Amino acid sequence: MYAIEVEKLRKEFKSYSSRSGLAGAFRDLFTRNYKIVRAVDDISFTVKQGEMVGYIGENGAGKSTTIKMLTGILTPTSGRVVVNGMNPHKERERFVQTIGVVFGQRSQLWWDIAVQESFRLLKKVYRVSDQAYNEHMDHVIETLDIGPLLDKPVRKLSLGQRMRCELAAALIHNPPLLFLDEPTIGLDVLVKLKIRQFLKEINEKYNTTILLTTHDMTDIEALCERVIMLDEGKIIYDGSLQHLKQNWGEGRQIHFQFRDMVSKEELTSLVPVTWEQGEDRYNWIAHVLTHDMAHVIGKIVSSYELKDIHIREVSTEEIISNIYEEGIHHG
Amino acid sequence: MAKYIEMIRMRFLMMLAYRTNYYSGIFIYSINIGAYYFLWSAIYGGQPSIQGMTVEQMTTYVAIAWMARAFYFNNIDREIAMEIREGKVAIELIRPYNYLMMKTMQGLGEGIFRFIFFSLPGMLIVTFVFSLHFTTNVQTWSYFALSTVLSFIINSQINLLAGMVTFFTLNGEGLLRAKRFIIDLFSGLILPISFYPQWAQSVMHYLPFQAISYIPSMIFTESFTRDEAVKGMMFQAVWCVVLIVPIYLLWKAAKRKLIIQGG
Repeated sequence: MYAIEVEKLRKEFKSYSSRSGLAGAFRDLFTRNYKIVRAVDDISFTVKQGEMVGYIGENGAGKSTTIKMLTGILTPTSGRVVVNGMNPHKERERFVQTIGVVFGQRSQLWWDIAVQESFRLLKKVYRVSDQAYNEHMDHVIETLDIGPLLDKPVRKLSLGQRMRCELAAALIHNPPLLFLDEPTIGLDVLVKLKIRQFLKEINEKYNTTILLTTHDMTDIEALCERVIMLDEGKIIYDGSLQHLKQNWGEGRQIHFQFRDMVSKEELTSLVPVTWEQGEDRYNWIAHVLTHDMAHVIGKIVSSYELKDIHIREVSTEEIISNIYEEGIHHG
Repeated sequence: MAKYIEMIRMRFLMMLAYRTNYYSGIFIYSINIGAYYFLWSAIYGGQPSIQGMTVEQMTTYVAIAWMARAFYFNNIDREIAMEIREGKVAIELIRPYNYLMMKTMQGLGEGIFRFIFFSLPGMLIVTFVFSLHFTTNVQTWSYFALSTVLSFIINSQINLLAGMVTFFTLNGEGLLRAKRFIIDLFSGLILPISFYPQWAQSVMHYLPFQAISYIPSMIFTESFTRDEAVKGMMFQAVWCVVLIVPIYLLWKAAKRKLIIQGG
């Protein structure tokens, strides 16, 4: 059974534009200019129970809109959405019982009162029994290390502390499906690591499906085997992260530091690959394919005196930004 | 049901977290009651009664109307508007409860808080300072209690409607201000409905506002006969039911049109 099934999902918004000037403002009172913007454009995908999927895209690519449709907050313009076997929008109250959501930029805890009061309310809201709550939440509270924070009002917590509490709050009813919309935004490395570790753990323990949107590629690398990449409302890639890296990140960057100044022409005539200048004319970076590496290094080493060499793998972040700049078909 | 009761408790805690707001509230209410007390005393002068109400009934009417207001009054319209404006309503929609019901319960939590920490002590102070007439009739008290609960429901329903209009306008500050003023004026808080000109009274008979303040206050001061009191409560009950219809329709339309702002 699929946790998420999406078929030809589309969401259009009306976007109003104001006319300029006072006369324009008066005209706007009666008729307004608008155009239809397609935020999500006929996307289809499925997610199996227990999968951890990274849902990535630039700002405004339609990620949040998709998540809002999957969680039943927004109604799709057209298309079919089945999540946990239900139509999110039609059976909202029954459906939301089976999902957990964390919006990194929005708190779902009550600002002015102690964290444990929010937990207590959510426990009642999701009708979690005392026994199930203690069993599950004791573990969650311990792993996320939020025990000492529970009696503090949310407004007194740091962002990292708050985020861990948010995550715990989303898991009170131990949902089989978890949506995380930029959960690590603005967090320091230690908190990020703790959160990732925790997510992996619940995924293994409860076979929880996780759909994660983030701008932090290290999150995706640490957690997701599969990524879905979105651009201008369309899916441009859906597959394993490994495959993406193989096709796109096959090259290596070799950074040479020469003892003497060299010019680009010299280098290119010796080894015809893409050369890029580093900080100055002593430093040059060669973009080469993996299997050419030995050949390039050999040639350079035998012709010049070198101070230093590094070899660098292309990072996922660079791969993604290359794809957005050049389009997916290049590779 | 447990979740709704929990929400009442929650709001109670929130009110406790912001006690200072309510101290200043007591002060403002006392000034209002005092001002109206002296105003009405001056208007009555030596006259024994105006529009069938004695000066004592009138001043009691004003005091009880303000104290009841502490219970039925809430800001859920503003909260709904704010939650829509800031996109917080998204969080509300991913929870397995009825948003409007939850908001009403928050209003009730606020009402109960104000009733215990505000109306009761406030009333005690006011009875010492001014000469007010409180009935000892148990039936009047129980009618008043029932009638005040109904006025809470109607006021909350109107607040829900006003708050939801911001689903469509996205900025309803002016509307909410106008609504507040209309309720204070037409509910009989400032002036009993029987003091309005005849044509205005007949217009207001078709509006729900007098169910909020006028009816419970008239019951309390025993300015209504028993029949009138029962009729008044029937009027309230009917409006409670009638208002469900536009709330339901507006909520349905709002959900369909819902735009979550800011991403």
